[in-house]
Amino acid sequence: MSDPAARAGVEGAADDEATGRTAPAAPATGRAAPARTRVLAQARFEAVGLLSHGEQLLVSIVLPLLALVALALVDYPELAVGPWDGARRIDVLTPGVLALAVMSTAFTGQAILLGFERRWGVLRLLGTTPLGRGGLLAAKALSVLAVLAVQLVVIGAVAALLGWRPDPFGLVVALVTVVLGATVFALLAACLGGTLRAEAVLALANLVWVLLAAGGGVLLPARVLPEPLALLVGLLPSAALGDGLRTALVDGGVDLRAFLVLLLWGVLAAVVARRYLRWSD
Amino acid sequence: MQDVTRRFGTVNALQGLSWSARAGEVTCVLGPNGAGKTTSVEIATGLQRPDSGTVRVLGEDPWRADPEHRARVGVMLQDGGLPQSVRPVALLRHLARFWGRPADLDALVARLGIDGFAGTTVRRLSGGQRQRVALAAALVGRPEVAFLDEPTAGLDPHSRREVHAIVREAAGAGTAAVVTTHSFDEAERLADHVVVIASGRVVADGTLAEVAGEDGLEQVYFALTDGGAR
Repeated sequence: MSDPAARAGVEGAADDEATGRTAPAAPATGRAAPARTRVLAQARFEAVGLLSHGEQLLVSIVLPLLALVALALVDYPELAVGPWDGARRIDVLTPGVLALAVMSTAFTGQAILLGFERRWGVLRLLGTTPLGRGGLLAAKALSVLAVLAVQLVVIGAVAALLGWRPDPFGLVVALVTVVLGATVFALLAACLGGTLRAEAVLALANLVWVLLAAGGGVLLPARVLPEPLALLVGLLPSAALGDGLRTALVDGGVDLRAFLVLLLWGVLAAVVARRYLRWSD
Repeated sequence: MQDVTRRFGTVNALQGLSWSARAGEVTCVLGPNGAGKTTSVEIATGLQRPDSGTVRVLGEDPWRADPEHRARVGVMLQDGGLPQSVRPVALLRHLARFWGRPADLDALVARLGIDGFAGTTVRRLSGGQRQRVALAAALVGRPEVAFLDEPTAGLDPHSRREVHAIVREAAGAGTAAVVTTHSFDEAERLADHVVVIASGRVVADGTLAEVAGEDGLEQVYFALTDGGAR
């Protein structure tokens, strides 16, 4: 039987002398690599994982590029509507494709990854290493930004070949919009990937991406739709991201309404994720 | 771990659990399925917080312990916790980057025979191969304490013998090795110190000889845990 007074937990190096054994040659401090090293290592590991994953590349680069090229080559449906009436088609189209790319990486990719990492126990194991949960979250954020950078450069380059000429000032606003949108969609990914079974996450994350791509105000501005659908779709985070990027890159302006909609979705998703996210399946 | 309790809904997983492990020894936490072995390991590694009681690992509370503390503790989870789409050596090399001075990875990989399936992704490994990668992940930081949750579950006798040798080696180098198992056979081969758990309570605790007594560990184990198993 145990004697609580004598048993206060796992005893450490102090016992080594008494037992005459040698502890692993290790100092008391500096055993963990510096925080920066740990987070960058994990971020690189995750980014390489995302970029070398075939299905993920399909959603994050190939499908957005297909949408870009296909919609650039045809005249239907009309994209230059509402505030963008009279703008060049490729200039209205490209911001929507960029929004689609943001959603694929920050939402679909992260939700699926999270769902399966919970299933496999990866989150729990990494939580016990010097990286920890905080380091893991930081690394995930960095990896999403790194992958987004690759996507934006590739899509931007192809769009430029097709004649895209963005507003120079708008590029800065667009960058802010992309980071805000990626944050909101990553939080939404945490709500989905952090709560449901991995298979359900896989199905739903892809379904939501396809539905939003088709009718979520991303490629086709919500204003194309008849009322009251236009109003409702305009309140989706996908439409807000698309509109924010279009206003920035076509007009060089700031769409405050879109920012507000994104912020509201972000706060809502953060609250839900904080309340319901589970680290294991 | 002292007077630790943990409830899940109406189930009392741990009911005042007290035990300890010492450096340089293999401590086997032995008990039937559902006795509370995994819960105690998860509490000791900071993955769960006890409802009451005191837990100290290397003198620190593992719940929200800092990275320096986590660097001194190696963990092998029962479900492995390995990402599935990477190759094992690349994964271990990656994990080693979290430590300032990790173990000699090539030696560890060779010792566990992981080089034999280095080109296969974790997803396609057999259960035994995965167990070996997970064990390597627990030892890659040269831990002062290693918590190994059923490290030989599903292994064939050869791999089992190899894992036992590695755990003994780690303890010989001064690590406090904590191994959970439901096999008294394994405890008999491996343990310096045995803690028998049933229904969330410690029912026996001492050296292998003390716990096994004259009747042998098998007899004692069944006597202690019969009726206690859920």
